[in-house]
Amino acid sequence: MSRYTPPEQGKAGQIFDIVVVVVAIFVALWLPLKLGLAGAAKSIDALDAKTWEALGQNPTMASIWEKLGYTPETAHDIIQNRFHYIIDWPTLIIMAAVLIGYFVFLFRASDREYRDVINEKFDDK
Amino acid sequence: MAVAAETIITAIHGDRVSLLRVLGPAHVWALGVGIVLVGEFTGWNFSADKGGALAALIVCWVVGLLYTSVAMIDSEVTSTVAAAGGQYAQAKHIVGPLMAFNVALFLVFAYTMLEVSDAILLGDTIVAKAGVEGLTHNSFIAATIVVLAWLNYRGVLMTLNVNFVITAIAYVSIVILFFSVSPWTQGAVLKLNELVTPGNALPYGWIGVIAAFQFGIWYYLGIEGTTQAAEEVRSPARSLPYGTMAGMITLLIAAAMTWYVCASLMPWEYLGITYYPLWDAGKLTGSPLLENLLFIATLLAALASANGCINDAARAWFSLGRDRYLPTWFSAVHPKYRTPYRSILFLLPIALAFAFIADLNQAITFSILSGVLQYTFMSINIMMFRKKWPLGTIRRGYTHPFHPLPAIVLFCLCVVTFFAIFLGFGSQLIAMTIFYFLISLWFHFYRYRYVRRGDQFTMPWPKPQGY
Repeated sequence: MSRYTPPEQGKAGQIFDIVVVVVAIFVALWLPLKLGLAGAAKSIDALDAKTWEALGQNPTMASIWEKLGYTPETAHDIIQNRFHYIIDWPTLIIMAAVLIGYFVFLFRASDREYRDVINEKFDDK
Repeated sequence: MAVAAETIITAIHGDRVSLLRVLGPAHVWALGVGIVLVGEFTGWNFSADKGGALAALIVCWVVGLLYTSVAMIDSEVTSTVAAAGGQYAQAKHIVGPLMAFNVALFLVFAYTMLEVSDAILLGDTIVAKAGVEGLTHNSFIAATIVVLAWLNYRGVLMTLNVNFVITAIAYVSIVILFFSVSPWTQGAVLKLNELVTPGNALPYGWIGVIAAFQFGIWYYLGIEGTTQAAEEVRSPARSLPYGTMAGMITLLIAAAMTWYVCASLMPWEYLGITYYPLWDAGKLTGSPLLENLLFIATLLAALASANGCINDAARAWFSLGRDRYLPTWFSAVHPKYRTPYRSILFLLPIALAFAFIADLNQAITFSILSGVLQYTFMSINIMMFRKKWPLGTIRRGYTHPFHPLPAIVLFCLCVVTFFAIFLGFGSQLIAMTIFYFLISLWFHFYRYRYVRRGDQFTMPWPKPQGY
C-alpha cells in the first residue's frame, strides 16, 4: 500500500478550522443554556399553609432550617421544588436513537480509518 | 496528575515530547484523588435532590462499583498502552482515529467543565462567607481561572507539588469533621434517625434512586485521569493498578464519611440544593473551628481540582494538534516555559464564558455527560482490546480479573446513568450528543485528510487479529 501523504494546511485554513471548532463548542454548550434546555426540569408544588408541619418537617428538621436562617415561608420554595419523573417516551426514544446512532457511526467510521492505519503501518514492514 | 504533566513538559525538546519515568504508586494515587476530591465538597449532594438522602448513599456505593470497573479496565489497558494521553492513546491504538478524536474531546470537556464548576464553587463560597450585600462571584471566578491558567502557562512544578499538599489538607479536614461529631453516637450532634426517616428516605421511590445516578458520578469523576501518567511511572504494571485502586478506596471512604455526616446534620431538601454541603456541615456542628476549617478546605479542594483540570484539558487539546487532528497551531510548545501555551490560552476564554453563563449544576452536568460517554467507550474498548490482542499475544503490564464481567457491569451502569440524565436533564444530553455527532462528521469527512495514517500506531505490537 502506498504511503498516504497529507496535504499541508495553510494559515488561513487553520484559522478557519479553529473558528469552526469554537463555534461548534459554543453552539453545543451555550445554546441549550440560552434556550432554557439545560438544567433541572423541576417545578414548585405550592402549598397554601406555610408551616413546618405542612412542609413535612419534624421539630428536628425545623430547628435545623431555622439554624440555617430559614422560615417556613422562605423554605417553602426549596422544599416544594420537586422533580416530576414522568417518562416522556417520544423524548426517551429520540435520546436513545441519537446515542445509539452516534456510537454506531463512531465505531464504524473509526474502523474504516483504523484499517488505513493498520495497512500502512504493517505493509511498510 | 499535574506533576505528571509537568514532568512531561520539562522533557520537551522542540515539538517532540520525551517522558521521564519518575513516578511511583503514591504519585498515581495523588494524581487521581487530587482532581476528584472536590466532588465531596460539592456536586455529589445534588443526587439527594434527585432521589433523597438514601438514594445518595445507594448511588455512592453503586457508582463506586462503576468506577472500580473503570479502574480495573483502565489499569490493564494503560499498563500495556503506556503512552501519554491516557484513554486518547488507547483509542488511537485499539479503535481508530475518529474515536480517539472524540475521546480527547470527552476529556477536554469533562475537565474544562469541572474547572468551571470548581471556579463557581470557589466564587460562591467566598461570597457566602463575606456576606456583603451586592457582592457577586464574577470577580472571584475570573481571578481563579485566569491566575491558574497563568500558572499553568508559566510552568507549574512548584504549584502542582503544592496541589498535592492542599489536597491532603482537604482530605484530612473531612476525617477531622467525621471524628469531631462523635460518629459512633446519635442524638448529640448527628441526628440521622430524625432526618432520614422511612417517610422521606426515598421521596421519589426507586425511580429517584436511578435518577440520582447522574450526580452520584460526581463522587469519583476524574479518577480515570491516573492513566495520563502512564509514560511517567517507573513501573506501570505495579504503580497504575495499585495507585488507582488505592485512590478508589480512599475516595469510597471519603464519600461514605461525607454522606454520613451531611445526611445526619441537614434535611435532604436542603442537602440537595446547597453548593457547599461540607462547609454547611461544619457550620451546623456549632464549632467555629470546624466551620472555618471546612470553609478553607472547600476553597483548597476547588483550587487543586481546577489547577489539575487546566493542565489535563490543555494536554489533551495539545495532543490533538500534535497528531494533526486539529490545526497544528495548537501543538506549539512555549520556547521558554516548555508548556502547551496555545492550548492553555485557547481553553481559557471558553472556561471563563461558561463560568459566567452556566450555574453549578449545569456545569457539572456538562462534565458528567462527557465522562459517561467516555466510560461507555471504555467498556467496549476493553472487549476490542482482548479480541484484537488475546492474552499471550502481547506483554500486558497488568491483566484485570473476571473479564468480561467488569466491562459488562460498566456498560450496564452507563446505560442506567444515561437514563438518569434523561430524568431531568434530557435536553442537555441530546444537545451534547448531537454536538459530538456533528463534530465527528466534520472530522471524518474533512479534517482526517490532514492526518498521517501509519504514524498513528506507535506501539511495538503485532498486527491486530482480524485485520
